[in-house]
Amino acid sequence: MRFFEYEAREIVKRAGIPVTDFGFTTDAAEARAIAERIGGPTVIKSQVLTGGRMKAGGVKFADTPAEAEAYAADILELEINGHMPRGVLVDPKADVKQEYYAGVVWDGTAKKPVILFSDMGGIDIEEVAEQHPDHVGRVHISNLLPISDYQAKECIAQTGVTGKALQRLTPIVRRLAQLFVDNDMVLAEINPLCEMNDGTFVALDAHMDMESEARGRHKGLLEELGVGDDETRLAREPTEFELAGEAVDSADHRGVAGNVTEFDGNIGLVIGAGGGSLTLFDAVRAHGGEPANYCEIGGNPSVHKTCGLAKLVLTKPGVDKIAVMMSIVSNTRVDIVARGVIKACLELGFDPAEKIAIFRIPGAWEEEGFKILEKYGIEYADRSVSMHEAARRAVAKIAGPEAVTS
Amino acid sequence: MSILIDASTTFIVQGITGREAVNLTRECLDYGVGAKIVGGVTPGRKGRDVHGVRVFDTVAQAVESYGSPIYGSVVTVPPAFTKDAVFEAIENHIKLVVIVTERIPRRDVAQMVELADMRGARIIGPNCLGIIVPDVIKMGGIGGPAKNAAQAYSPGPIGVVSRSGGMTTEMSSTLTAAGLGQSTAVSIGGDAIIGSTYAELMPFFQADKQTHGIVIYTEPGGRMEAELSQWVIDNDCRMPVVAFMAGRFMDEMPGMSFGHAGTIVEGKEDTAAEKIARLADAGITVAEEISEIPDIMKSKLPAHVEHKPPPGVSVPAWVRGGDGP
Repeated sequence: MRFFEYEAREIVKRAGIPVTDFGFTTDAAEARAIAERIGGPTVIKSQVLTGGRMKAGGVKFADTPAEAEAYAADILELEINGHMPRGVLVDPKADVKQEYYAGVVWDGTAKKPVILFSDMGGIDIEEVAEQHPDHVGRVHISNLLPISDYQAKECIAQTGVTGKALQRLTPIVRRLAQLFVDNDMVLAEINPLCEMNDGTFVALDAHMDMESEARGRHKGLLEELGVGDDETRLAREPTEFELAGEAVDSADHRGVAGNVTEFDGNIGLVIGAGGGSLTLFDAVRAHGGEPANYCEIGGNPSVHKTCGLAKLVLTKPGVDKIAVMMSIVSNTRVDIVARGVIKACLELGFDPAEKIAIFRIPGAWEEEGFKILEKYGIEYADRSVSMHEAARRAVAKIAGPEAVTS
Repeated sequence: MSILIDASTTFIVQGITGREAVNLTRECLDYGVGAKIVGGVTPGRKGRDVHGVRVFDTVAQAVESYGSPIYGSVVTVPPAFTKDAVFEAIENHIKLVVIVTERIPRRDVAQMVELADMRGARIIGPNCLGIIVPDVIKMGGIGGPAKNAAQAYSPGPIGVVSRSGGMTTEMSSTLTAAGLGQSTAVSIGGDAIIGSTYAELMPFFQADKQTHGIVIYTEPGGRMEAELSQWVIDNDCRMPVVAFMAGRFMDEMPGMSFGHAGTIVEGKEDTAAEKIARLADAGITVAEEISEIPDIMKSKLPAHVEHKPPPGVSVPAWVRGGDGP
């Protein structure tokens, strides 16, 4: 779960890392008041969860409080990559001598966090790593032993930084590593980490991403930052269709019939499980089909829940028929899914044989499931029909044989 | 032969009184020669039994009662208690821990893995269905009830490793239908950090005389496939490797997670396209469809490998006889 810059800076500040005297607001007049309090030139920064703010005009430099107010008013109305800003951050214009980069991420191969440091801050670290590998320091930290200053020092020293800068940067980088661990972050980045002309060091911008699975352990922090429980902070905001899918899934606790994602196509999909859904979605597209949605069934959801998901997909504008497909199931029961999707058709006043283009779920309780499907005249397939072949049949039946590309 | 487990493997189930764990215990007891589940652990439930398996309050009690070291544990406790349960297993000299639990924060997983490394133990998972040696033993929910598992898995020369539990069964079933049985199939889990990656399991298969080919199921996210490619290049891999990559559509949707927690495209290296290129560099064929895998594998297997159960692995009576003992 990503944090806005103003939240990330607050987290950094709480970890004992120096930050500027910034202010956050959703109101242009208040931006002026913050600029007045700061005194001198300010920077007005859009608070959006997307990159490319500078290019889009979401960062402006103001000489006076009146200018700060005007820029804030503009930026508050400015949409960037489909995101409206949460507010603006008003920051004193920094008198920077040198920009550094400090970050901590997970290394999935080493299975440890890795501290990254560069004396070339202010630009994308991946770019620096590619073009100037000798300017990036890397040190892995243990998951069991306490984090120690020397690890930060070694990381910084790898880039050739020495003297007073090394001594000043060491505790900052160590604290960043500590906050990464303490807050279950998957990314904690200060870029740029600035040495000012007066010799002080401050975090001028920060990116933080907390692991969603760990949100429950940080309720206090999230509450203090004002992050609502319902904020997903995903790459794009959930659509109404997706929220309705979530409501179906959370209606009862048994199994999963959710993770619904909306697409533009006409092929309604009731698919599962995790890997099966990924495979089937690809398969539909590989055969020239355009899915109306992605979803996942798993963990043996109830008839009611499966019915709810099928109804949601069946009533999506543009969807005429659904394809009900999964990889071989061993926990989820074939007969329960069959009953759920048939119930959905009947409750909507449809003929299941007409609306269910194909049912391909082999596995546990398949004899019982196939019996029910046969009774309603629904086309079904067992494991001898591959997932890709089932997807091809679905595309041919829903989009027409001419739509099938391979 | 097989990897990681065989007919003699002893294990316990931590969290054995939970609904899913009760089913899993039944399935493992019923499958193959019958798993040697020598105890279960649920704090506060000492003295109960689950399908004839005695329940203890602690792992130490289970080990003491058994009277010799216990090799494995299947952990199915809620996410908030998983780290403690795995630490308890490892510190009681358990050598193989299969973690079924989903939604464990990765710092907890990383801590478990580091402790396992220190103690010479191995973790499979989390968020996985476990390990199966066809017709011999299964450790975890993989393949489901014994009857269903017997339908999909058969003994043979192929090692199967998959980030998706369900797809482990789908791919093995496809292999079985084509006459290619499996030496061992491992569901390694779908999280960003897992106990055992493809590359970490390859040395086991490389050393296993029964295994002559490897089939893997992979997804976008992480560097596990690049790690495997490097292993294949560096270690003169004697076995052909065939891969299937799901979630190719995700390349167009950076920042969105689908399927499993670890399945997300954040950087170039996470993409399906990049992974397919890396795998190809190592001579690993990436199948377009699962149904193509058996033919690709047959064309790459050494001539002496027969597409039927190898000598020494007999089909147990329970498979022919029906639902198991």
